[in-house]
Amino acid sequence: MGKLGLIIKREYLAKVRNKSFIIMTFLSPILIVGMIVLIAYLTEINDSEKRIISVLNESEFLSKEFEPTESMSYVLFRDLTLQEAKDSTVSLGYYGLLYLPKGMDLENVAESSYLFTKDNPNTSVTQRIESIFQKQLLQKRLGKLGVSSEQFSDIEAQFEINLAAFSGEKSIKGINEIKAFIGGGFGYAIMMFIIIYGGFVMRSVIEEKTSRIIEVIISSVKPFQLMLGKIIGTSLAGITQFTIWILSASLLLFLIALFFGIDFGVMDANASMPRGPIGGVAQFSNSLDSDTMLYANEILNIPWMLLISSFLIYFVLGYLIYSSIYAAIGAAVDNETDTQQFIFPIILPLMLGIYVGFFSVFSNPNGPIAVGFSLFPLTSPIVMLMRLPGGIGEGGVPLWQLLLSIGLLIVTFLGIVSLAAKIYRVGILMYGKRPTYKELFKWLRY
Amino acid sequence: MDNILVAKNVSKSYGNYTALSNISLEIPKNCIYGLLGPNGAGKTTFIRIINQITYQDKGEVLFNGQPLAPEHISHIGYLPEERGLYKSMKVGEQALYLAQLKGLSKQDAKKRLKFWFERLNIGDWWNKKIQELSKGMAQKIQFIVTVLHEPKLLIFDEPFSGFDPINANIIKDEILQLKDKGTSIIFSTHRMESVEELCEYIALIHKSEKILDGKLSEIKKEYKNNIFKIGLEIEQNGDALLKQLEEKFNILSSSFDFQEKQLDFTVQLPSNNTRDVLLEISKQANVNRFEETIPSANDIFIQTVNNKEDNG
Repeated sequence: MGKLGLIIKREYLAKVRNKSFIIMTFLSPILIVGMIVLIAYLTEINDSEKRIISVLNESEFLSKEFEPTESMSYVLFRDLTLQEAKDSTVSLGYYGLLYLPKGMDLENVAESSYLFTKDNPNTSVTQRIESIFQKQLLQKRLGKLGVSSEQFSDIEAQFEINLAAFSGEKSIKGINEIKAFIGGGFGYAIMMFIIIYGGFVMRSVIEEKTSRIIEVIISSVKPFQLMLGKIIGTSLAGITQFTIWILSASLLLFLIALFFGIDFGVMDANASMPRGPIGGVAQFSNSLDSDTMLYANEILNIPWMLLISSFLIYFVLGYLIYSSIYAAIGAAVDNETDTQQFIFPIILPLMLGIYVGFFSVFSNPNGPIAVGFSLFPLTSPIVMLMRLPGGIGEGGVPLWQLLLSIGLLIVTFLGIVSLAAKIYRVGILMYGKRPTYKELFKWLRY
Repeated sequence: MDNILVAKNVSKSYGNYTALSNISLEIPKNCIYGLLGPNGAGKTTFIRIINQITYQDKGEVLFNGQPLAPEHISHIGYLPEERGLYKSMKVGEQALYLAQLKGLSKQDAKKRLKFWFERLNIGDWWNKKIQELSKGMAQKIQFIVTVLHEPKLLIFDEPFSGFDPINANIIKDEILQLKDKGTSIIFSTHRMESVEELCEYIALIHKSEKILDGKLSEIKKEYKNNIFKIGLEIEQNGDALLKQLEEKFNILSSSFDFQEKQLDFTVQLPSNNTRDVLLEISKQANVNRFEETIPSANDIFIQTVNNKEDNG
């Protein structure tokens, strides 16, 4: 085994055998699953109330479609103006008002129908109402177009009800968010990984400094080898931990679902948007619902291979960049309390990536901010992954942007790692002083 | 080839700070070489260059006649001044790891560790963590790790700082035995008296420059300044006698003990001819002490620094 291999092995074992690491590894899935179960349980309780929707139907369509269900019932208003209907809905304390205007055909009526609610409507309510419309529209369109399966899904995907608050603003709801959430999930995973395991790298460097073993070691290996071995070893430990988390959490969820019969679909349908790939998986199993089919379809349409392979590229490069910065910080200081001033500038681009990503990519995946942040190397691992579920090329990310972003990331990687290695090399042998940025800059020239 | 290590005009600076300026040294094989000088003189920088932890800006270092290269690392053992071990790692695993980093195979390392653990009475600590050991035990392990790969050149930076006297002695004996087996050893220290008796060769480093080097016995000969300590048994007051002697010799200091009737003084002679003075004093009284003062490395150091500053 080469020296690098020895270092990787030691770092890995040191991390994996650490008691707090073991406890975290096995406790976290239980905590996470516990949370999910609790949330699912609470949502079920929360959702058990019956909702009443008043319907003001000025058209001749859909007159017989509003059948009460377990959780919803309808009150039909007649001969009221829209304003009167709104007022009575509010004063009667109903959940919302569904308004269907006069119209010549179903299409027009459906297009200009509104659901008025006090707050943003619950997804299960909108889904229920949308499905009433969809059924009718489907029947009508099928008649016109002839029946084939492609056309079926085509038609099905076309309708969404308009939403509005009583005040009149339109609320939007779209598949973009779902996609960005899935990409965001990957980006978020990268960020968490960097923050957790980058911190581990840093602490491990500080430990070597404070235990004074560092000079013994670098008289046998190059500082760069040690730094690289540390980063790789720690990240392998991290990947082990992540894998255990995902496997055991899914196993636990599966077992709990099996034994207690909790329907996790409830949670997905009720959350304003499904979160990440796990939400997506849960939805496949629950695909009886036609709206869920719609989501499922979109999720299947996401270029998973592209997404996963880019995830790996961005993950490796992004993690190497950040963890080498963490290693340099660890080398520059004598104890963890001195790291604060240096940590913040690292966390900043990561946070910026997540938040700017969530806001800008959601509203417009190809807007200038989204593009800018998905090219900028310190935020691109997160933001580009949010954009990628839209695919490459038409309607998605232009290929040149993806390539440029990866290219910039590689250049930055080489630059940052060599700078970090310089600071590391000098820093590990410096004791006693709390370095300033100015001093770090001087070290680069030693 | 008689030198294990040769440095030619080695210079190193950090920014504006010069750590080493034009250092040239020859360290012979199979000897103990003292690298002496105050803190901050540049000793550690020089040692780090030998260990290839840092690199010289100018000059050349030859190991066994070849320019210093990465493969030489496995022939060098280094006990740094700032030393320690992984606190939460087990003793055996840690020693194996460090030995393997020096290029030993796992089997070899295990075999040798067993030998050394027995030799220094570390039998059953293999599975203990360093943090459970006393400082003395940890120091022994640190020493074993340094010498385990049987390096040709051993470098000890402030070897005895932090060692308790008992362990310091054990380590000193081990070092001498290693030297007998043919290892070359460099001691670096600012506490010159602690290694003076061990060193055959020394180099004095001051403010990043070498001010003196060579065989210790020769240096001492050179720095002998014909000062002698003389003790006389006398009957009466010593003042008269002292005055008489002062006319002929250069008396540097003197003291007289009434009760013991003892006169002690030091005298500086113009040459190493001691006959005149002996003749003279033996006429006057019984001589019970006659001793040439040999300068310590510390004295030599101070004298050289002073000379240099006077001249410079």
